[in-house]
Amino acid sequence: MSLENNSGKNFMEVAKGLKSWLVTLDHKRIGIMYLLFVISAFFLGGVFALLLRFELLSPNQIAFTAKQYNQLFTLHGAIMVFLFIVPSIPASLGNFLLPLQIGAVDVAFPRLNLASLYIYMVGAVFCFLSLYLGAVDTGWTFYTPYSSTTDTSVISITLGAFILGFSSILTGVNFIATIHKMRAPGMTWFKMPLFVWSLYATAIIQVLATPVLAITLLLLIFERLLGIGIFDPALGGDPVLFQHFFWFYSHPAVYIMILPAMGVMSELVTTFCKRNIFGYKLIAFSSIAIAIISFLVWGHHLFVSGQSQFAAMLFSLLTFLVAIPSAIKVFNWLSTMYKGSITFYTPFLYFLSFMFLFCIGGFTGVFLGALSIDVHLHDTYFVVAHFHYVMMGGTVMAFLGGLHYWWPKMFGKMYNEGLAKTSCLLVFLGFNITFFSQFIMGSKGMPRRYYSYLEQYQPYHIASTIGSWVLAVGFFLMAGYLIHSLLRGKKAPSNPWGGLTLEWHTTSPPPLENFDVKPRITHDPYDYENMDIPNEKGMLK
Amino acid sequence: MATKDGFIKHKVAHHFDTAEQEFETAKLGMWAFLGQELLFFSGLFVAYGVFRFLYPEMFIDAHHQLSWKMGALNTVFLITSSFTMVMGVRSAQLSQKKLMLKYLIATFILATAFLVVKYFEYAAKFHHGYLPSNWFTGEGLFENMHLFFGLYFVLTGLHGIHVAVGMGLIAWLIIRGNRGEFHADYYTPVEMVGLYWHLVDLVWIFLFPLLYLIG
Repeated sequence: MSLENNSGKNFMEVAKGLKSWLVTLDHKRIGIMYLLFVISAFFLGGVFALLLRFELLSPNQIAFTAKQYNQLFTLHGAIMVFLFIVPSIPASLGNFLLPLQIGAVDVAFPRLNLASLYIYMVGAVFCFLSLYLGAVDTGWTFYTPYSSTTDTSVISITLGAFILGFSSILTGVNFIATIHKMRAPGMTWFKMPLFVWSLYATAIIQVLATPVLAITLLLLIFERLLGIGIFDPALGGDPVLFQHFFWFYSHPAVYIMILPAMGVMSELVTTFCKRNIFGYKLIAFSSIAIAIISFLVWGHHLFVSGQSQFAAMLFSLLTFLVAIPSAIKVFNWLSTMYKGSITFYTPFLYFLSFMFLFCIGGFTGVFLGALSIDVHLHDTYFVVAHFHYVMMGGTVMAFLGGLHYWWPKMFGKMYNEGLAKTSCLLVFLGFNITFFSQFIMGSKGMPRRYYSYLEQYQPYHIASTIGSWVLAVGFFLMAGYLIHSLLRGKKAPSNPWGGLTLEWHTTSPPPLENFDVKPRITHDPYDYENMDIPNEKGMLK
Repeated sequence: MATKDGFIKHKVAHHFDTAEQEFETAKLGMWAFLGQELLFFSGLFVAYGVFRFLYPEMFIDAHHQLSWKMGALNTVFLITSSFTMVMGVRSAQLSQKKLMLKYLIATFILATAFLVVKYFEYAAKFHHGYLPSNWFTGEGLFENMHLFFGLYFVLTGLHGIHVAVGMGLIAWLIIRGNRGEFHADYYTPVEMVGLYWHLVDLVWIFLFPLLYLIG
């Protein structure tokens, strides 16, 4: 089955000029614009991270005052969470690939899709406005009562996050409708690629959890503007209520961040091992299980906030439950590799990085879910290292893996494999140097978000900062060869890696309507035993 | 292009195979959106529940400042408007253009009446200083009474914004319906706005007893 047509124009050639991008309804162009924005946000958040790591080289002031330091880590967190990692995989790769993978012409609501991009831009403007109006210094969690009293611009950035939330909700609504109603003939639920399943689970959380964040941030804004008082103890309110509200969204939100990454993993492991996925249904259902459990664990952020012991015990138990579906996925990916014919291209190196780092991140999450240990480790660098191992070691690695995997499909160009491998190695090493030292100093009691510290922690801080420089070199190298690929890269074949899912049946880049012939699905998505690899001629050897 | 009976034929969007698929997709998307609306308001209802549980006597004392008669009048307006909305959808399905427009205009007028009543209620609260704490000057038995009014204004205010958005959507339906765009073969927007409007109505049906009829 080859759906390739070399005579037609691809989606980038059908129209040229800035305007053709700004008013486009094509999911592929919208995905690429999202990609541009999330990568810019990642760059900016990364610069803030480098600056704050630099300041932490010494317990005394080097370049920034304590307040500037607070603003730096707040902006780093807020930009990375709201502008980068929440939209990263779903809005960029997901937008581009979802219709391709289910054999559709476009998402269900193309205009809504474009609207969500513009809403994202408006939200971003409000976030950046905060930089001019006195950058916010509350931490990305905006905890009351500090956030309702600080003189920095809380309103602007929370309004930005509120607006960004709606961009995320609309993407979720769009994806749910698309996955339900737009699948090609023959694509039953269990013939969908697993990336699609993970986007579905993500969309459910986006639609059901994000509005709670929206109302929470709105209440915080009203608290500051009108003094409604519900979070202010002086007025009879309860500041811990804010934490409940905030984490009711923000814990599911960390699964918004990791679930699409897990979907990318399933795509990478099958293609680069040339094997059918082990335990398809279990992986699919474990995505849904994670989505459901995610709504019931928010209290583990409040173990030391004075919630009842009984509630804390329940939340601790439920938190352990998340480990089960997560482990099911990891074991299934591992089993898929068994007896596979593995090729070590760059995307697969990111897959392996994810496997190592996500396991460390996951296991340390189990430590933190245990009540007695959490009381000791709460608000230390151990927590910082834990979520960076999950979010960066997990999601960012998967994002980069997916980016390298689908790059030839998106842009029709290859990148320099040698440089890409070098960069992957640098990122992996730099990441571990940066954050493993944080595990150690956290377990020794170094609190997070502190501007100054006891001298005994300085060696770990120095190691961590040097690690951040290695990371930076890795990322700049990546930016270099990716830009080179766009300008001078070799033309990509339709199926460089030998993937089976539908996007590899069409050209690189795909035509405007994705497929010249409407695909009809007869096999499981990764059935290497019974299916021929599409467009096998151009495959890299 | 208008057909001879004054209706405009609907063109199925290029990425759908059939008009039915297009309609079903829109409907599913709308329900998903309503799901998020529900969760949006649920956060506020939780806040209401927490503070009513903490300060039950204050809530009862404070709610006496609300006029249940005005609230009841508004409830009648909104429930009736839900009925006229349903009839509007039904008329669109039967290609009864004039009837549909009448029902939509009736819905719009009822929504306006709701907001007018709300305006008088708000004016009274402003006059007596029953406001969130920054401007609270009202009299009552409890010093944290402003919490009730903070919640009252956030709940009814956000609901009021939803009513106003609904009015905009209904006006949009009236303009498009007048052009003859809605008929038995295509009434998706009418049905979707209808679904939204019922949600707005439903939220009020919870707000009315929780704010006006306690104690």
